[in-house]
Amino acid sequence: MRFARHVAAIAGKDLRAEIRTKEGFNAALAFAVVILILFSFAIDPTSEQMREMSGGLLWIVFAFAGALVLNRSFPRETPNDSLDVLLASPVSPPALLLGKTIANFVILIAIESLCLPLFGILYNMDWTRQPALLAATLLLATWAITVIGTVFSALTVNLRLRELMLPVLIYPMLIPALMAAMKLTTLLIAGAPPEPGDWLWFRLLIGFDIIFTLLAQALVETVLLG
Amino acid sequence: MPRPILSSALAAAGGLWLIRNLHVVTLQLPDEAAQGAVYRNLFFHVPAWFTCFTAFAFAGLAGIAYIVRKRMVFDTLAVACVEAGVAFTLIGLATGSIWARIIWGIWWTWDARLTWALITCLVYFGYLMLRESLDDPTSRARISAVFSTFAFVSVAITYKSIEWWRTQHPGPVLDFRTGGGQIDKAMQSALYHNWGALMLIAAALVLIRMRQEDSRRELEALRRYVHAQ
Repeated sequence: MRFARHVAAIAGKDLRAEIRTKEGFNAALAFAVVILILFSFAIDPTSEQMREMSGGLLWIVFAFAGALVLNRSFPRETPNDSLDVLLASPVSPPALLLGKTIANFVILIAIESLCLPLFGILYNMDWTRQPALLAATLLLATWAITVIGTVFSALTVNLRLRELMLPVLIYPMLIPALMAAMKLTTLLIAGAPPEPGDWLWFRLLIGFDIIFTLLAQALVETVLLG
Repeated sequence: MPRPILSSALAAAGGLWLIRNLHVVTLQLPDEAAQGAVYRNLFFHVPAWFTCFTAFAFAGLAGIAYIVRKRMVFDTLAVACVEAGVAFTLIGLATGSIWARIIWGIWWTWDARLTWALITCLVYFGYLMLRESLDDPTSRARISAVFSTFAFVSVAITYKSIEWWRTQHPGPVLDFRTGGGQIDKAMQSALYHNWGALMLIAAALVLIRMRQEDSRRELEALRRYVHAQ
């Protein structure tokens, strides 16, 4: 119960700071829109191929935007030694990590919910054919990005070139989750109900989320306290 | 045995074993029925991959051991194993590419195992870059140990998931994977011999790299001491 209260306090603090400044949110959203527009020059947006590439395109945009949000998660606590204060408070490192992960998750989901309709308009795609399953895919894969991204944001907080290092470190690790998300999103935007074989990708996403959430919770104390 | 002598002895034994194996592979074994002479590449390609798996597995275990015991020797072992592993990954990729150029007609294809190998390589390059950007030895050891644990789990999941995604690479042929009958006994024995030789060379490299890492840490400590004076 105490743990849940601490998690809610940290998540609330991060979200309040983000709602008041909107720094990370605005930057990540603008970045996502720019990439969405740039893709229209890389490929012919009217072609049938676009339908087959939709999942890949969307998740590249989300992963890039995610890195911007995640990059700020722990480094924002370094001025005035706020991170030391947080660590000295009764909040345990796992609660701190989970709170920050939830805040990042909410921000990233908000960005995705704005990008998806924009993607539909710009590329003339009807993405609402399988809304429930598409939402499930978005939630599961976004959790995968934020859970790994947040723990790595803690890992790289004192690094030289940390803005550069975070994407280099997290993208290769996220490949199984991104792969599953791309496959499912392409299928669901095309409107086809998933075949029995496609549930495999949902299982992969769920397994990935559980394994890395547990691993992050187990190792965060070593990361933050030593 | 002191480490310098041990590493030299291992390297010499590995080198001699490799020369013996080269003699067997090039002069004693016949050409393969379907592939011709180029199949001999297999005697380096497959053992290089086995060696790199072993090195990464040791690196993962050393990372966990550091988190539990907090002893610098595990960090030294982890970085030495990762560097040796990356070297053998590159050998595996290069020999694989040469074989693919001749048999498939292309240097590279986005097949399951090739993609996995490349991702593994990228993940461990990340590990080496991460170490370079940390100055304090204790936090370097701690953070890279956590990273290597994540890396090991992620690489294991990627291995399975890419297999679901795409596959073109030849399937397993060795007896312990297939139950026997897929590969000639003499060829299989030459392959295992080469694995042994490469493992000895890898062990020598790991020992040399561990010594370098110890010296590096000592130098860093001395530098800090001088600055503090």
